[in-house]
Amino acid sequence: MSLDHAAVRHIARLARLAVADDQLESLRSDLQRVLHLFDDLAAANVDNLVPLAHPHDQALSLRDDVVSEIDRSAELLALAAASQGGYYLVPKVIE
Amino acid sequence: MSAASIAALAAELAAGRRSARELAEDALLRAERGAALNSFIRIDADGARAAANAVDAQRAAGAAPSQLSGIPFAHKDIFCTRGVATTCGSRMLRDFVPPYDAQVVERLASAGAVSIGKTNMDEFAMGSSNENSAYGAVANPWDTARVPGGSSGGSAAAVAAGIVPFATGTDTGGSIRQPAAFCGVTGLKPTYGRVSRHGMIAYASSLDCAGVLARSAADCAVVFDAIAGFDPRDATSVARPAEATLALLDQPLAGLRIGVAREYFGSGVQAGVGERVHAALAELERLGAVLVDISLANAHHAIAAYYVIAPAEASSNLARYDGVRYGHRTAQARSLDELYSLSRAEGFGSEVQRRILVGTYALSAGYYDAYYLRAQKVRRLIANDFAAAFAEVDLIAGPTAPTTAFRLGEKAGDALAMYAADVNTVAVNLAGLPAISVPAGLADGLPVGLQLIAPAFAEARMLNAAHQLQQATDWHLQEPAA
Repeated sequence: MSLDHAAVRHIARLARLAVADDQLESLRSDLQRVLHLFDDLAAANVDNLVPLAHPHDQALSLRDDVVSEIDRSAELLALAAASQGGYYLVPKVIE
Repeated sequence: MSAASIAALAAELAAGRRSARELAEDALLRAERGAALNSFIRIDADGARAAANAVDAQRAAGAAPSQLSGIPFAHKDIFCTRGVATTCGSRMLRDFVPPYDAQVVERLASAGAVSIGKTNMDEFAMGSSNENSAYGAVANPWDTARVPGGSSGGSAAAVAAGIVPFATGTDTGGSIRQPAAFCGVTGLKPTYGRVSRHGMIAYASSLDCAGVLARSAADCAVVFDAIAGFDPRDATSVARPAEATLALLDQPLAGLRIGVAREYFGSGVQAGVGERVHAALAELERLGAVLVDISLANAHHAIAAYYVIAPAEASSNLARYDGVRYGHRTAQARSLDELYSLSRAEGFGSEVQRRILVGTYALSAGYYDAYYLRAQKVRRLIANDFAAAFAEVDLIAGPTAPTTAFRLGEKAGDALAMYAADVNTVAVNLAGLPAISVPAGLADGLPVGLQLIAPAFAEARMLNAAHQLQQATDWHLQEPAA
């Protein structure tokens, strides 16, 4: 398969990465080369194989249903560049 | 003045000949003298002195010390350290000061080990040369014009230069073993799930694994025993008791069957590397091991499978960096959308952005089956190959990396050439197996690593084989000229 600039823009949009117009072509050829590497997967015989998502095929363990975390909201909010009154601040969404 | 083994330092401390504070000061001095390597992102002298003083006070009060009490070391800057900046090699986390400690950090602190700082690494552990760090490349102590390997390049260089006797690392596709090979130290990647990922900044969660780089297998065993074990805060932590590997390092190798995978000795392997690895295998044979020719027929598919699965998981894991809750926030945003996309474009380096884009593509509508799902089936194929091989042999051996350390800048512009450096290591992560890179001597003055791979949870068998080899050889004691 081959990538065009529109496809690169679409992927960058999905990934929430700003891409300048003058970066598009180098990014496109870069990604194209990496995607070519994946053509190798088509050569593998994977008939009747179940996808392996996790090395040990183990079930996730469940914790007892008891509260074990303490309220650390002040500590965590302090990590943000902008917060106020217990909330994170972002640019205005609704005009 | 280089760092001695953990056992030797512990003996000095136990005999009262040295204090933890003195060992910490020595390590801090060595770090300062070795600053040109750029192996550290941050030195935490105050934290090291406070921790060392506390250990000395405990010892004076008669507390029973662990083998790691008072031993200086360094953490890869991927492990969250409460109150100490943790950057993960990224501009994104330049000012991130975690409010909690990683499980590995907690475990080593409670064992009394004294961290002197945070080591340099490829950004978000994505790289095989440490050149992808936002804090500059790291030089290989054996030849400062060459890379130390990556992503745990700072940890490998710091141990090789004798700054610290051990350092923590993480291994998602070879990030402990390949730098260990390039720097001539021993690097242990445990079984997936053996060591908690809690507080270890995520790259690819089904592959990420915490481990250790040290001079010897015996030192790796000491640290592994301290950090391994179940942790309810990591949902993939394995709920089975970790065995004390250090106590199992005196087993004879007679009859141990070591599979030599012919695929690991392909045409891409540098001649000197192949020679050194065969010499190490001959030594293991002399110690009683039986070498068995085996095939891992799908080994050549591992790179493609890995470079689909790891970026796919990364694209999801790194979605959390949005400029809102923590990490870099752009000053240019006029909308919420721009806040996300500009913060991420400014905060992430080019290789991280490349992998996020590749992963996003592999997971996107229309391509999921052809890439991600197929890569997971190839992952099964690779795991099945290992399982079949381990029905015949006890360990599998080969070169850790196909070449010795390459030159700084040599592959920096070519992502595919860089990915190829991981050809012998990524399959192990796909299958979740433990592996170790052990020094096997020098080729043209540069270190070569022998990789030993074990079945899941057989760290003790693998560490014992490495230890027996190190009892019979001195390759692991070779040091770069100061």
